[in-house]
Amino acid sequence: MENLVEAKALTKHFGAFEAVRGIDVEVRRGEAFGFLGPNGAGKSSTMRMISCVSGRSGGELKVLGMDPGRDGPKIRARLGVVPQLDNLDTELTVRQNLQIYGRYFGMSRQRCREKAAELLEFAQLGDRADHEVEPLSGGMKRRLTIARSLVNDPELLLLDEPTTGLDPQARHLLWDRLFRLKQDGVTLIITTHYMDEAEQLCDRLVVMDGGRIAAEGSPSELISRYSTKEVLELRFPPGARKPDLERFADRVEVLPDRLLLYTHDGEHVLAKVHEQGVQPVQSLVRRSSLEDVFLRLTGRTLVD
Amino acid sequence: MQTLKASWAGFEKSWTWYRRNWQATAVSGFVTPVLLLVALGLGFGSQVESTALIGGVPYVQYLAPALVVVTALQGATFESTYSIMSQFLWQKSYVAMVATPITPAQVLYSQMMWIGSQLFVRSAVFVGVAALLGAAAGPGILLAIPLATLAGLAFSAPLVAYSATLEKPDAFTTIFRFVLMPMTLFTGAFFPVSQLPGWLLPLVWLTPSWHGIELARGAAFGTLDLLPASGHVAYLTALVVVGVAFGVRFFHRRLAV
Ligand SMILES: Nc1ncnc2c1ncn2[C@@H]1O[C@H](COP(=O)(O)OP(=O)(O)O)[C@@H](O)[C@H]1O
Ligand SMILES: [Mg+2]
Repeated sequence: MENLVEAKALTKHFGAFEAVRGIDVEVRRGEAFGFLGPNGAGKSSTMRMISCVSGRSGGELKVLGMDPGRDGPKIRARLGVVPQLDNLDTELTVRQNLQIYGRYFGMSRQRCREKAAELLEFAQLGDRADHEVEPLSGGMKRRLTIARSLVNDPELLLLDEPTTGLDPQARHLLWDRLFRLKQDGVTLIITTHYMDEAEQLCDRLVVMDGGRIAAEGSPSELISRYSTKEVLELRFPPGARKPDLERFADRVEVLPDRLLLYTHDGEHVLAKVHEQGVQPVQSLVRRSSLEDVFLRLTGRTLVD
Repeated sequence: MQTLKASWAGFEKSWTWYRRNWQATAVSGFVTPVLLLVALGLGFGSQVESTALIGGVPYVQYLAPALVVVTALQGATFESTYSIMSQFLWQKSYVAMVATPITPAQVLYSQMMWIGSQLFVRSAVFVGVAALLGAAAGPGILLAIPLATLAGLAFSAPLVAYSATLEKPDAFTTIFRFVLMPMTLFTGAFFPVSQLPGWLLPLVWLTPSWHGIELARGAAFGTLDLLPASGHVAYLTALVVVGVAFGVRFFHRRLAV
């Protein structure tokens, strides 16, 4: 299988600070690959190296089979980049943003006009085409940024936290667009600190923390490897002493306001807990998620 | 070739913006020379006796070619400070550009091309207004257009490079007050620098405005000699080259992180 990205022992320093501490990553053609990790994990730094904007401090990196240090412009010509922070030209219109970006890729004016019309439809921004960007909602700006990144028909699309800060409806709309791209055969690399986003979109992902990769696999593999089928959540009043329930579950995580009991049968454990006379404020049985994987691997929650 | 094409794409972006917002710039580009020439040249100038020191011409004609240069320098300052910082930090348009095949150096080239074209247009408008107001001594003043553009770029290129190193705009006020203001007032636009105390002169010779004013005025009155003229042009060109060289480094450092 062909790898679009190959990184070995890749590092990034900022002065004495090591933001990325030797990661190995392979991204295959056609898949949706994720970097899941909290703020400061080094996701954006990694994305900037893969997008051939920032140089690596150490290790090896190949993108589309080429060396970013030598062939940066050639590689970038075939990438689409959605940065963490929107950098649209807010004083231009929606359509102008798309057309101008096409010109950066050396496309003819005619081709830019056609492509802009096509992408306006894809981003569902047709009725805003000739409005200025500034007053658009966050979700619309994000869709425009994604549309803009597609202007050169990229083989590999890099999305740095595509839905951070958006409301649920706007997120679902965006996910829908990304599914469509995946179906069209575009390889996606997505960073996120939302485990539901990683589960929804990614075929394969790495869990990143403190500049290192803690685990790698498909969402379901990771869950079965690092967690149990079900989780029983017991919520207690703040400050209350939490009972010792280790013996009822495979593993127990103690969070400030609740206990997480990892087990293959949550209802059964809940019944046993009630038999013991333990009275949580609230109880909930749910399926394990990547959040649990992250907690297991790092001892911390993803979003606090 | 590739570089030219890429820089041209960046230029087009500025042009697209300009097409939407040209009115504001155009009004100030037209009103500023009218106000300056009428108030200082014709109004104040009517009280100024022409002396041999200013070549025996009416004060407004003495002033006009120099004001083209001074306005170009003010325009250069304006285009090389907040606008540059914004494209790194606020609008982030440079950040967007380097995610495409365009390199940081090409971003800088396109910016300098844009500033150069703006300065040229401003200077041309100024000369046109001067001609209408009878402030042009002769057709030589047409040469003030490219010369003022060159002088403006000689200030702009190092300033753009400097702006690329800043995280906040506080330093700009200092530049306006302690560099642009003295350059406007004391480098020969309003009175010959021979009136200044001698110890100040070496400082004056360092400014792009003095070289620009010497050139523009000499061209307007046809009194330019080849040797000093080449010297002025060489100095201004050197400032552009050095400024762009630093700009390439600083743009790369700033954008390739
Ligand atoms: N340009 C920079 N200069 C210095 N430190 C940086 C820079 N960019 C990122 N960092 C630091 O590197 C670490 C990783 O940042 P980043 O890659 O943005 O993580 P993430 O995207 O996962 O939140 C953070 O501690 C951040 O402060
Ligand atoms: Mg980030």
